[in-house]
Amino acid sequence: MNRVFKFSFMSVVYSFLYLPMIVLIVYSFNNSTYSLGWKGVTLSWYNELFSDFSLWEVALNSLTVAGISATFATALGSMSAVAFYRYSFRGKDFLYGLIYILIMAPEIVMGISFLILFVSLNIPLGFFTLLLAHITFCLPFVVVTVYSRMTGFDRNIIEAAKDLGASEFECFRLVILPLLMPGVVAGWLLSFTLSMDDVIISFFVTGPEFEILPLKIYSLVRMGVKPEINALCTILFGFTLAVVMIAQMLLKEKK
Amino acid sequence: MLLPMSDTIIELRSVSKSFGSLMALKNVELRVERGKFVTLLGPSGCGKTTLLRLLAGFDTPTSGEIFINGRSMASLPPEKRPVNTVFQSYALFPHMTVFDNVAFGPKLKGLGRKEMERQALEALEMVNLVDLAGRRPNQLSGGQQQRVAIARAVVNKPLVLLLDEPLNALDYKLRKAMQIELKQLQRKLGITFIFVTHDQEEALSMSNQVVVMNHGCIEQVGEPREIYESPRNLFVARFVGEINVLDAEVLSSNGGGVLEVALEGRKMKLHKTSNGHKANGWKAFGPGDRVHVLVRPEDLRVYRREDIEPEDASDFFPATVEEAIYKGATVDLIVSLASGGRLSASQFFNEDDDQLEFYRGEQVFLDWVQGWEVVLPHES
Repeated sequence: MNRVFKFSFMSVVYSFLYLPMIVLIVYSFNNSTYSLGWKGVTLSWYNELFSDFSLWEVALNSLTVAGISATFATALGSMSAVAFYRYSFRGKDFLYGLIYILIMAPEIVMGISFLILFVSLNIPLGFFTLLLAHITFCLPFVVVTVYSRMTGFDRNIIEAAKDLGASEFECFRLVILPLLMPGVVAGWLLSFTLSMDDVIISFFVTGPEFEILPLKIYSLVRMGVKPEINALCTILFGFTLAVVMIAQMLLKEKK
Repeated sequence: MLLPMSDTIIELRSVSKSFGSLMALKNVELRVERGKFVTLLGPSGCGKTTLLRLLAGFDTPTSGEIFINGRSMASLPPEKRPVNTVFQSYALFPHMTVFDNVAFGPKLKGLGRKEMERQALEALEMVNLVDLAGRRPNQLSGGQQQRVAIARAVVNKPLVLLLDEPLNALDYKLRKAMQIELKQLQRKLGITFIFVTHDQEEALSMSNQVVVMNHGCIEQVGEPREIYESPRNLFVARFVGEINVLDAEVLSSNGGGVLEVALEGRKMKLHKTSNGHKANGWKAFGPGDRVHVLVRPEDLRVYRREDIEPEDASDFFPATVEEAIYKGATVDLIVSLASGGRLSASQFFNEDDDQLEFYRGEQVFLDWVQGWEVVLPHES
């Protein structure tokens, strides 16, 4: 009885979570342009998608922004995490709290503040502003990921390295960084996916001449959901799924 | 030109360390001679680990100065100090092999590849781990990890090796074996070992010199025997081994060797000289002073009624057996005195008594070898 209850409860929760995704994926294979009725399986939407070169260009833009912003966010975020771990300074807890606040902050607020900032500084909206904004909102996620990895390992290890003659830099290069690597990579992957599918902030900070995938989808959907969009979203979802799984595996790996 | 080598390798001049409002070390003064095996002994929170960390350079003293080999350590970071540390948690680098762990120090010194490998292998050989050089630390047992940690620290040939409760995580038998190995290693290398422990037995059996610490202060420094047989105060007496504490009042003192006290309703003469200990403050006792008379359990002799002549009964302390615990090598008795005080007495099997069968509730008589007691001023 108890088992039946547990099972049904979990099914309800998980269908609640994943039903929309499943519907999307199923419809991406539906052989019908407008109807919601099931007309058999087809791969033609994927075919159309892959032959749409304008979409390819937009996807490439997205990948570029995601790649670069994830890399910068990871570099800056990892160093901040190391600083948080290695040094004690006045207001450390407060500063770390500020990082969390940025994670929690409503995206719309961040988007608008970016817009006001860029406009008031007279920076033309486009690739550069988009990149800056993405680096900024990815950064806290990297700090948190890397820092939590760091707190997991024995503080004495760093002291041992110094004790054996390592300078601060050698200690970082030979001991801290190799141990942090899984956290760093996970942070990068997380940033990459966050950047790949961000709509709200990107909406405010990019210009008309630099289009990215999520915004493109958004604008396409306004004319009605076409089956190609279903296919595109399915691919994006699959991509995110893969990245998240890799990140999880890296973080779970033995410390 | 050769400078004369001073015999002092470590010197602490009124070193204090506070963490916020907590005073971890209070004006500690200490000199350590070159080549000695020195133990810092004390309960947790006594400051022994803090002292070790100050020597290693992981923390800096709030005030006072530390000299190693005649050189002030004030502005020297850990990587520049002529000391190496064996950590309680071993702190091996998990992403490196055993060999790379040990070769870490030589590599940083910028030695050539050949020389680096030679030194690392030599150190691994010293701890019998050459066969496991290619393994990762997590593939080793606790005892093996311990050896790697030692090899990694001694490979740099430090002037002083600091060991922070390194045997804590090992089981009893392995611990005993490592104690002997460490002592042999120290003798072979001839470098000064500063060994932190809270285990008094370990401290006594391994060191040339024991530093007993409590509440951030050094209570006593001395050879193991001196610490055990002539503790300077109640803390040292109680911390280093078990000891029975009896309260007494001084009746008269001849100012020299003999002190007459009232102890458990008996008059007793205590002689200063027989144990050879320094018995500090002895002379200062005068009539009416309250003192503690301390006797180790193994120094107490327990007799049955039939073992003594009835007319001599007044020379002994009558007591009742409360508990008799068979310990293999000894039988430990808990006895209560007429005053209600409880004492513990360890009795050894010997040719006079190979049974040592005592019953609960049995009446017994106690005494000890004159002069083996310790007399200390009363502490409230």
